[in-house]
Amino acid sequence: MWDIVSHIFPYAIAFTIPLLAAALGGLYSERGGVVNIGLEGLMVIGNFVCAVTIAKLQPSLGQGAIWLGLAAAAAAGLVFSILHAFASISLCANQVISGTAINMVASALTVFLARTMTGSGNVRITLGFVPFDVPVLSSIPILGPLLFTKSYASTWLLLTILAVSWFVLYRTRFGLRLRSCGEHPQAADAAGINVYRMRYAGVLISGALAGLSGGTILVTFSGEFNGTVAGLGFLALAALIFGNWKPLGILGATFFFGFAATLANVSQVVPAVSKIPGLVLKAFPYVVTILALVFFSKTTQAPKADGEIYDASKR
Amino acid sequence: MDDYIVEMLNITKRFPGILANDDISIRLRKGEIHALLGENGAGKSTLMSILFGLYKPDSGVIRLRGAEVHVANPNVAGELGIGMVHQHFKLVQNFTVTENIVLGLEPMKGLVVDLRSAAERIEKLSKTYGLNVDPWARIEDITVGMQQRVEILKMLYRNAEVLIFDEPTGVLTPQEIDDLMAIMRNLIAEGKSILLITHKLKEIKAIADRCTVIRRGKVVGTVNVADTDEAAMAEMMVGRAVSFTVDKKPREPGGVVLEVEGLNVLSSRKALAVKDLSLELRYGEILGLAGVDGNGQTELVEALTGLRKVQSGTVRLKGVDVTRASVRARIASGMAHIPEDRQRRGLVLDYSMEDNLVLEVYGERPYSRGGFLDRKAIRSHAEKLMEDFDVRSGEGAVEVARALSGGNQQKAIVGREIDHDPDVLVAVQPTRGLDVGSIEYIHKRLVEQRDRGKAVLLVSLELDEIMDLSDRVAVISHGSIVGVVDPAAVTEADIGLMMTGVGRGGSGGPEVARGSAGKGVEK
Amino acid sequence: MKGLRDLFTALAAVILGLLAGAALMWAIGANPVEGFSYLFRGGLMNVERIGNTLATATTLTLTGLAMAFAFRTGLFSIGASGQMLMGGLVATVIGLSLHLPKWEMLALILLASMIAGAVWGFIPGYLKARFNVHEVVSTIMLNWVAYWIVYYTIPAHFKANLETESARIPDYASLKVAWLTDLFHGSFINLGVFVAIVCVVITAVVLNRSVLGYELKAVGFSKTAAEFAGIDVEKSMALSLGISGALAGLAGATFYVGYAVNMQVGVMPSQGMDAIAVALLGANSPIGVVLAALFFGVLHSGKGFMNAMTGIPPEIGDTIIAIIIYFAATSVLFTRLFDGLRAKLRRQH
Repeated sequence: MWDIVSHIFPYAIAFTIPLLAAALGGLYSERGGVVNIGLEGLMVIGNFVCAVTIAKLQPSLGQGAIWLGLAAAAAAGLVFSILHAFASISLCANQVISGTAINMVASALTVFLARTMTGSGNVRITLGFVPFDVPVLSSIPILGPLLFTKSYASTWLLLTILAVSWFVLYRTRFGLRLRSCGEHPQAADAAGINVYRMRYAGVLISGALAGLSGGTILVTFSGEFNGTVAGLGFLALAALIFGNWKPLGILGATFFFGFAATLANVSQVVPAVSKIPGLVLKAFPYVVTILALVFFSKTTQAPKADGEIYDASKR
Repeated sequence: MDDYIVEMLNITKRFPGILANDDISIRLRKGEIHALLGENGAGKSTLMSILFGLYKPDSGVIRLRGAEVHVANPNVAGELGIGMVHQHFKLVQNFTVTENIVLGLEPMKGLVVDLRSAAERIEKLSKTYGLNVDPWARIEDITVGMQQRVEILKMLYRNAEVLIFDEPTGVLTPQEIDDLMAIMRNLIAEGKSILLITHKLKEIKAIADRCTVIRRGKVVGTVNVADTDEAAMAEMMVGRAVSFTVDKKPREPGGVVLEVEGLNVLSSRKALAVKDLSLELRYGEILGLAGVDGNGQTELVEALTGLRKVQSGTVRLKGVDVTRASVRARIASGMAHIPEDRQRRGLVLDYSMEDNLVLEVYGERPYSRGGFLDRKAIRSHAEKLMEDFDVRSGEGAVEVARALSGGNQQKAIVGREIDHDPDVLVAVQPTRGLDVGSIEYIHKRLVEQRDRGKAVLLVSLELDEIMDLSDRVAVISHGSIVGVVDPAAVTEADIGLMMTGVGRGGSGGPEVARGSAGKGVEK
Repeated sequence: MKGLRDLFTALAAVILGLLAGAALMWAIGANPVEGFSYLFRGGLMNVERIGNTLATATTLTLTGLAMAFAFRTGLFSIGASGQMLMGGLVATVIGLSLHLPKWEMLALILLASMIAGAVWGFIPGYLKARFNVHEVVSTIMLNWVAYWIVYYTIPAHFKANLETESARIPDYASLKVAWLTDLFHGSFINLGVFVAIVCVVITAVVLNRSVLGYELKAVGFSKTAAEFAGIDVEKSMALSLGISGALAGLAGATFYVGYAVNMQVGVMPSQGMDAIAVALLGANSPIGVVLAALFFGVLHSGKGFMNAMTGIPPEIGDTIIAIIIYFAATSVLFTRLFDGLRAKLRRQH
């Protein structure tokens, strides 16, 4: 039993981290008051740009190409999210529709471009982060094998970002103002805050984090761009709800989903799990997400003005 | 030369389809309380929003201490020393008092917001002006009166010299209104100047020095309050002589039509909002329900009309137990409801007026047959109602409800509900946002219902309206009925005392909120 | 007037989307004029191709109707793909398991696929009504559950020689009929066309003239006012998504036992996402949906031809569609433009 758990943990963590990144992105956006359904599409963009960057740079830069790829993924996500920000903030479009449009454009456009580059619509890379054992910490009994073996550099990067995010949201001026825009934009406006600018910031940060998430998927466990992230962007949204729009809550929620999804994937390796029918394993994360939403949607503490169009001319 | 601290000269502001301010000039003397009187929709709020930087005037000049200024946005207004307490508070519910006050002007210690030093300063200000606010309390936990004092502190924190109050007394008990007036006098004593937007003549007489009357976007005149009486001001406001009381002949009430016994209802925050409440409504009477906003009226009305579940207790309509009956069943049994929130409850804003006017009866003959709507019947019904109740809309019955003014929307709703000819009409704030003429008309129709032997439960925050119209007045406080009185036999002050809960040693002084102790009234 | 404004907005979005497509073609070194000419020729050049366009449009019309219905009632269902899969699965299973005279088979298949889709739509509707579960997430989750159900069910019981598709649907179970196929010179066209037309009419009548339509739209516009009116909001939401699901289930039948001759495994039907574009472009009105579906039908039918003749990747069709949605979503720009133009015209008279 313990063997199975400690075997699965590193995979679960690897699966959790991109989910965490995307959910954190969603957090920034929704705390500002803009729903970002387009996380899935932004992840695909990040995934694609990272793949292309690494494929182009790996002959010359080796491992360094990976970090550049991730940076490029974040940048691409940020730029692409401007489309969503412009539509839903400046033009007061329906945020759900705008986000859906982003998803569709992202998947179609990336496959289109991939096809022109490689002919097959997939982009494969041969470099990735190599899992390593953290020196010293991986020898701690119990926690060591669970948390510090076979870990990826990106994991630590994102956990740092998580900690920084908590600080930014709850201790800094930017965080206070962002949250006010998501709770009561009229109050923020009367206090002299530029609600539009704050909401843009939230959406752009979500784009960068979602892009980073897509890139992380590529360099940790996927190794190839194939046009989709299989619904992870929506899982991230569910994690946001499940985690009650708080950084720590999101960490717990995404880990829960990560663990559930990993169970499905390791069925071949772990005899006990392989007895469960394939359908149940594959559908498990999705069903679990729905169940989680059932239990947690009633007591939701979404930012009060989340998803509401803010129109300054209607003061 | 008069010492004017603020002058707004020849201000004109147009919105699509409406001239809100038409060449308005007003002047505020240093150290005075200057009231801005006008009916709903006269243009007072627009004018003050311009002063506060929320809108830009199409033409006109604003002068501060003689020098011309451009108030581009609320930040600039703040820098110029102008502050505003809004009618609908602009407070973030789950932030603390301190966070709300410093929002936009946060003191920093390195990268972190320095809440501690801000709280200290707030505490000091609070003591100086007698405001008694706990800087660490969360807005969602404190009373409405205290929230208003937080809004005042916001202005003082920014060293405002000119304070604008927009309809500040709508949400306060009579005692809290007295406290607010004391606070205003404190502010004047400390050298501030106040602009008071209101439509309440009594308050103007009580506290203002001068008053400018605005009607349909134009200034009618500026008077010294001491030299004018309420009747004169009302006439300036409306343009003709106004009768303050309704013509009501005494009437013997009939049998009991609505019986409420031991009702317990939870609020949306899972606290008990209606506590063991009992009351009786008879045919042929208007029963007024008086109370401060947030004392359970909303939950009571929702429980009576079927919009909220009841924990325990009974509601009997015409002898039949309807405690757990559906909304539809109650409507069928003769209950109608003029809701508190006309835009969220009373109308489907994106439906046409004619579709809205059959909102409860669309499924019945003659408006539909065999599952299909009869458009002709719906149209003619709407046209008749809109004419009867003077509902004005650009394109008539097909106009989308959203396009109508608040007043016309309200008239349509009132018309629709009265048209059901209900045995029990639950009317909540039926004249909110209406001009004097419409208010008079609706009051007349309500009295008509009563004269025809029907029953009306009138729930209103305007004590005048309750005293005027009701045959009996029930006072609700903290979820229970504390007393039922004859309006002819008591004064407003008596009722005000009852509203805060008789026998609670109610000195009515400002409450001190200290975090979780002394929790405010549940909303 | 609203109709004219919607048409203007839709056309503006389409034109901008096509322009963006042209830019993309140019960016990868192809000739946009050539590209578009083959794209549209591929959909309309001859009778057979027109038949294919109609067949594609059939499925899109039904899924578009499903989305339009849901959107009109205030629910952002993204579940057409999953509902199509469930409808198609049930249709395929019946087609491969029972042997009855054709008309009975088809009646049974259509009914069953409607019910399967309705159930798959009812679930998120119910969850939203009772538990306030956001329908965007729940419908997408169910899409993937449906995907995996098909993935495991077909190979286990109904497969052909390949692991990735089902056995071929026998003629007596297919919506294709000889006279129709001959009329269109052997295209994919099938009886689904008539099913779609009937559904369009019924949907229009229900939405605009029926008591049910009044209730569902009221709930969509304002839950609180509908509650006030005595409408059962929970029942309405569940019913609405159930009806939407039924339409998408029918779409699944028209696609998997109509257009196609078997069911592919491991493919998420794109008509689900396209349905959103169709509904948006058609301004959620039944007629608009038909027009939008026809337009997208041309794009889908033509992209293969365009790819064969010019080498431009067929995904450009999807890209153009996606960009059109984006512009349709930001339509407020166009509506303002329309109102501005109208005001200017008025002043000149």
